[in-house]
Amino acid sequence: MVVIRWIRRNLVVIAGLLTLAYMILPNIVVMVFSFNNPKGRFNYAWQEFSLDAWKDPCGVADLCGSLSLSLQIAAWATVGATALGTMIAFALVRYRFRARGAINSLIFLPMAMPEVVMAASLLTLFLNMGAELGFWTVLIAHIMFCLSFVVTAVKARVMSMDPRLEEAARDLYAGPVQTFLRVTLPIAAPGIAAGALLAFALSFDDFIITNFNAGSTVTFPMFVWGSAQRGTPVQINVIGTAMFVIAVLVVLGGQLIASRRKNNAQPQ
Amino acid sequence: MSVTDAPPLAPAPAQEPPAPRKASTRKRLVPYWLLLPGILWLIVFFALPMVYQASTSVQTGSLEKGFEVTWHFQTYWDALKDYYPQFVRSLLYAGTATLLCLLLGYPLAYMIAFKAGRWRNLVLVLVIAPFFTSFLIRTLAWKTILADGGPVVDVLNTLHVLDVTSWLGWTEGSRVLATPMAVVCGLTYNFLPFMILPLYTSLERIDGRLHEAAGDLYATPATTFRKVTFPLSMPGVVSGTLLTFIPASGDYVNAELLGSTDTKMVGSVIQSQFLRVLDYPTAAALSFILMAIVLAMVTVYIRKSGTEDLV
Repeated sequence: MVVIRWIRRNLVVIAGLLTLAYMILPNIVVMVFSFNNPKGRFNYAWQEFSLDAWKDPCGVADLCGSLSLSLQIAAWATVGATALGTMIAFALVRYRFRARGAINSLIFLPMAMPEVVMAASLLTLFLNMGAELGFWTVLIAHIMFCLSFVVTAVKARVMSMDPRLEEAARDLYAGPVQTFLRVTLPIAAPGIAAGALLAFALSFDDFIITNFNAGSTVTFPMFVWGSAQRGTPVQINVIGTAMFVIAVLVVLGGQLIASRRKNNAQPQ
Repeated sequence: MSVTDAPPLAPAPAQEPPAPRKASTRKRLVPYWLLLPGILWLIVFFALPMVYQASTSVQTGSLEKGFEVTWHFQTYWDALKDYYPQFVRSLLYAGTATLLCLLLGYPLAYMIAFKAGRWRNLVLVLVIAPFFTSFLIRTLAWKTILADGGPVVDVLNTLHVLDVTSWLGWTEGSRVLATPMAVVCGLTYNFLPFMILPLYTSLERIDGRLHEAAGDLYATPATTFRKVTFPLSMPGVVSGTLLTFIPASGDYVNAELLGSTDTKMVGSVIQSQFLRVLDYPTAAALSFILMAIVLAMVTVYIRKSGTEDLV
């Protein structure tokens, strides 16, 4: 009876943890199978422990090339989308202008569109223009679909900003540029950083839009897709695991720094 | 009322001081300069392609001779006639996955918002963490998890779950891979974070005192949830549902990697028509129909639930 009552009382937590397990399980599988020594071409069944793939992560042809291409595209797409998106976000929050509704829907629609639709229609544009598919078409596409997400992230932060801080800066004879650089930008920075991170993650991990518009260029997700047909090298799992560990460390480190700062900022 | 519209000499008692005119003209242009590059990008690479796609869908011709606009609307009819199973399947799978995401995601979002305490940030990181590994690699991991004769399938077999699901047509025999269930499982898995994060955001905004007040007014926890928490979390439910259903309906990765030829979704068809068969009009028509269906559903859904400000 005690057990049943305990379960009933903690039902939400139990259900939540089960969902969390469902979400984490594949990551664990990816990690474990990075130490596998598979028989045959596919790395789906466990055979024996091996460090071979970790010792030689670039041992598969084209794998690391595709990885570095993906990182480059993601970096440039992040820069482009963050710059354009931040400008739009400031305009939306701070200014009045015509055609607001139309602009809002133009920003919302890319997020409300199945990726395959955007991918296919962008390809028709590129084909009609006779553009050569490759790095640039992929970059253009990535900036396009990351833009809206950056706008939403930055907008949320700018909206919650206290306008009196900027008024105070102006009262203290700061010029518009100075106010922007010294007050507005630092306060908006977490929103911009969140938008940039999101853009990077979206771009790096994008498959569908890239697959349509890349031509013969192979990004990392496209390499993985191809390997699902040809045979999955263990190195894919190694890179997946390494990126996971690095990202978790970056996030935890960032949180640690943030909480330290918070503690230091508080009066003793 | 703008400054320039005001008659210049009219006595204006207790009005705000007129701004210097030169600065105000320049200032009025600021938002347009800020918007210009980004909006231009979206117009050229998002809106214009839609127009091109619409035009491609009513063209006829061949790759060798080139395509011409002939207002051949028959393509739409043929596309629907040939591929309606894939359309129905896409909507069915995406709908089921969305429902499952809501059922699985709500307790987790609720837990993070109200029960996690000092573990909140850690759990949030864990929710986002899977994103750090490419989703294709993680989807491939489901091939291992659901493998024939693997532990998951064994347990489901022993519990006779697979007998029930086979009878319902979700699985085939003692297999999970290459069945609708595997595809829905993958879709649910892939889009869960998109459900959980908006749910969490709207749950976190709820004032805890409302729960206390409901309790003080003799509401049972279940009633509190039904009458207070759930209605207040509606914005999260709406945007979570959209963020899950829309990408899921166009997805073809899960169907291709975890399914079989009998589980192909409309995304697969569009992809193969475009990239392999090179029948651009059919592909464009299919993509246009998918877009129309999704947009119609989104509009109806948003109208009904009344959450207009999604951006």
